[in-house]
Amino acid sequence: MNEFLQQLLNGLSLGAIYALIALGYTMVYGVLRFINFAHSDVFMIGAFAGFYLSRYVPRESLAGGFAVLVGAMLICAVLGIVIERLAYRPLRSHSKLNVLITAIGVSLLLENVGQLMFGAKTKASPVLFPSKTFTFGGLVVSSNQIAVFVVAIVLLIGLRFIVMKTRIGTAMRALSFNPIAASLVGINNDVVISFTFGLGSALAGAGGILYSMNYQAIDPLMGVLPGLKAFVAAVLGGIGNIPGAALGGLVIGVIESFSNGSRWSTWTDAIAFTLLILILLFRPGGLLGKLEVEKV
Amino acid sequence: MNNWRKQILLAVTFSCLVWAGGCGKSGDQGGAAAGTIKVGEFASLTGKEAAFGQSSHKGTLLAIEQINANGGVLGKKIDLVYEDDQSEPGQSATVVRKLITRDNAAAILGEVASGRSLEAAPICQQYKIPQISPSSTNPKVTEMGDYIFRVCFIDPFQGTVMAKFAEGTLKARRVAMLSDAASAYSAGLGQYFREKFVADGNTLVIEQKYNGGDKDFKAQLTAIKAANPEAIFVPGYYTEAGLIVLQARQLGIKVPLFGGDGWEAPELVQIGGSALEGCYYSTHYSPQDKSEAVQNFVKQFQARNNGETPDAMAALGYDSAMVLADAIKRAGTTDEPKLRDAIAATRDFPGVTGKTTLDEHRNATKSAVIITIKDGKFQYVETINP
Amino acid sequence: MLARAKILLFGVISASLGAQALSGHINPYFLDVIIGIGINIILAVSLNLINGYTGQFSLGHAGFMAVGAYTSAAVSIFFGPHFLARLGGGGAAIALLFFIALLAGGTVAAVAGLLVGAPSLRLKGDYLAIVTLGFGEIIRVIFRNIPALGGALGLNGIPGYTNLFWVFAFAALTVYTVTAMVNSTYGKGFLAVHDNEVAAEAMGLNPTKYKLVAFLTGAFFAGIAGGLYGHFKFSIDPKGFDFIKSIEIVVMVILGGMGNTVGVIIAAVILTLLPEVLRPVADYRMIVYSLLLIVLMLTRPQGLFTPRKRALAERKTT
Repeated sequence: MNEFLQQLLNGLSLGAIYALIALGYTMVYGVLRFINFAHSDVFMIGAFAGFYLSRYVPRESLAGGFAVLVGAMLICAVLGIVIERLAYRPLRSHSKLNVLITAIGVSLLLENVGQLMFGAKTKASPVLFPSKTFTFGGLVVSSNQIAVFVVAIVLLIGLRFIVMKTRIGTAMRALSFNPIAASLVGINNDVVISFTFGLGSALAGAGGILYSMNYQAIDPLMGVLPGLKAFVAAVLGGIGNIPGAALGGLVIGVIESFSNGSRWSTWTDAIAFTLLILILLFRPGGLLGKLEVEKV
Repeated sequence: MNNWRKQILLAVTFSCLVWAGGCGKSGDQGGAAAGTIKVGEFASLTGKEAAFGQSSHKGTLLAIEQINANGGVLGKKIDLVYEDDQSEPGQSATVVRKLITRDNAAAILGEVASGRSLEAAPICQQYKIPQISPSSTNPKVTEMGDYIFRVCFIDPFQGTVMAKFAEGTLKARRVAMLSDAASAYSAGLGQYFREKFVADGNTLVIEQKYNGGDKDFKAQLTAIKAANPEAIFVPGYYTEAGLIVLQARQLGIKVPLFGGDGWEAPELVQIGGSALEGCYYSTHYSPQDKSEAVQNFVKQFQARNNGETPDAMAALGYDSAMVLADAIKRAGTTDEPKLRDAIAATRDFPGVTGKTTLDEHRNATKSAVIITIKDGKFQYVETINP
Repeated sequence: MLARAKILLFGVISASLGAQALSGHINPYFLDVIIGIGINIILAVSLNLINGYTGQFSLGHAGFMAVGAYTSAAVSIFFGPHFLARLGGGGAAIALLFFIALLAGGTVAAVAGLLVGAPSLRLKGDYLAIVTLGFGEIIRVIFRNIPALGGALGLNGIPGYTNLFWVFAFAALTVYTVTAMVNSTYGKGFLAVHDNEVAAEAMGLNPTKYKLVAFLTGAFFAGIAGGLYGHFKFSIDPKGFDFIKSIEIVVMVILGGMGNTVGVIIAAVILTLLPEVLRPVADYRMIVYSLLLIVLMLTRPQGLFTPRKRALAERKTT
């Protein structure tokens, strides 16, 4: 029982990070209907931003940690907006698939520039928040895992608030229903889209910091696998659906944790995808998603 | 055909011609007549295993520079032509073909990863060009043909060394193993360890696997903790080993963890931190080795590479080039099979990774060095001879 | 039209036979790259049938390639020696063995295509993409866990039967099959399913059958390409068939202009040559490659070779 609970805890903590990254994918998809392949690399940049920023703050301090977190989120937000402006906006009137290729190009670019600039070797990430381990009768929880939960929940609530209760959030939702109509009622699509990208990228940056806190090692290719899993999580939850992305992230994290702890750990990826396929077979719109009815 | 199509077609044709013409060098193999000896190297300079490839490449570069500074070999300078295989399967074959048939390399140095060495070996064997791998430890590599060599020990030896170490020094009869399912090196080393350890009457209480690139091992470690081993063998790379040790300690696992030469890197301590105290691993060499040869190598490497300390890959990359140069000297030529025979006859060559002798299977019989981490520093424990 | 295509097909096959005879004079590195181009043409054109013509966004093509590679390699390695011993081992026997191996690879890949296509029928767009990607990964993990086929180390010692003739004969066959299929009356159904599935169904077509046929055919040729690849590199590694490889093929199809076979062929040529041409810039190679991808998409978003009419149709409508 103890082992089960510990694995569950591990899975939820891993899943919370996937959820943060998945939120970015799903937000961009919701508004622009396209999968931003470069998202996973913004996540990586966030982690590296934290690495370099941490040199300016005292180690193991709460305030320093927050400063780095916010700093990384800002840097990623700007990066996301710049990428959208330069690489995606010119293609907005064209087929989605072209933007996909551009996104792949941006992703490769970030990875390779990262390898060149940061060096390909794995680096140890700095200790940001004071690190302690707590034991609750056999269950081991680290303060970093708690930090992940706390930050993820706060960001999720914040995101929900922005999307539901603010004007720009309403504009985002309007855009995702119908871009032409949205611009007809006076919404500046460009600004809203930029904002969406900035927000999604900031979440990825936060994910990067939390990930590097928990798994102490960063390298320029660190975004590839978590990015893929987060993308799967977003689709699993119903792509375009914000609570769905969070749920999807947790599900994937827990599945991965239990699979890795079992005899079948070499099949983890296959197990995760098989479950995904099975779920999509019965719910083709994802767990929380709604399948768009095609009107003829 | 509209304008665009014509332009593209022109561009394609033009680049084909440029590519075909631009590097058109033909001539005798090894470029002997031209006054240089061409040596090819292929390594993973970009991609997932760029860290290892770049390390070994830097070691090789240093060796070639030193050789040329001392007048070269047989009165000629060595011209190192190197190519990147991007850590991807499929590229090594293309690149090695290019090095042999277009750049006329007299010998090929490479690769770090056994899988990629295996990909290139049939080609080197087919063209009868010697291949020297710096650090591929899977036994199959040299089984591909008599032109394939390596300057490192092989996994059966290393596995046996660690099994003996576990029962002898660590006094652990019940051990858990956590290996990388996606790495042939890890699987192989794990297999040989298991064979020797179990054959000696010990128990492998549990075996868990992870995938290279994973960062979270708590699931596997939780299962291992529940099985209560006396030590944990982790035959993987430092990128994961550092994290594994850290997370093991976080989960409350107190027993020692130990591994193979994949642990070898300065980053291990940066990543694992104080969790690594009292852990062990086997490797080919240690930068802490006080011998003159090693210290000279370390100093020169640091001078050339911004203070970076050379790891085992760099040291082996260096030795592979040195062994090759020595063999060329002994053969007096780069012609085959004379060069191949000279390489095969390497005996007690003083490398920075120890005295290198190539046996009849073209593997190096070398000692393994056991390293531990104390006070955040690498410390030499003992040498285990074959 | 079809008669001309047939003549072209036989022409290319004969030409490749001739080229093969002369191939001893070509530098092996060039040969290596040219064969690589041929294999990529087969992969891109076969994917084009699924993605381009039928509009099914498949991101798992590398999985079919893997199935074909492992199956044909297994035939050559395990079954080959008996077969050759019985038939004397001459050139004709080897050619027959290789043909059987390739066909075996293609057939098993086609079965895989059916298995992947079937559940995907209910899904659209990005969900389909994820599921096909998932299948590709599952296939890769399966092969990584089969010790008899080498496991994580990969399968080595595959005999080098691939040569110019085989590659370009099959490339021609692939192009011919796909073009003939799509241009036939039956084949218009693929485009109909692509443009508007509901309308197609209303017209009496069975979209399910078309999608399955597309997957089956595309997977078959991908399997052949896999077999050619394995016997060309002498060894195959599960890591070489991951989703990154699938994406590389998808890039060729999109760059060539979805549903444009000639464009896709040229895109395959360019994208195979590009990394080789960029070798002199070694350290910056991948950076230049990715920049080029971005620039190409920004300046020529409709693909390099889509004719004007289709380009207009491709622009997003309200």
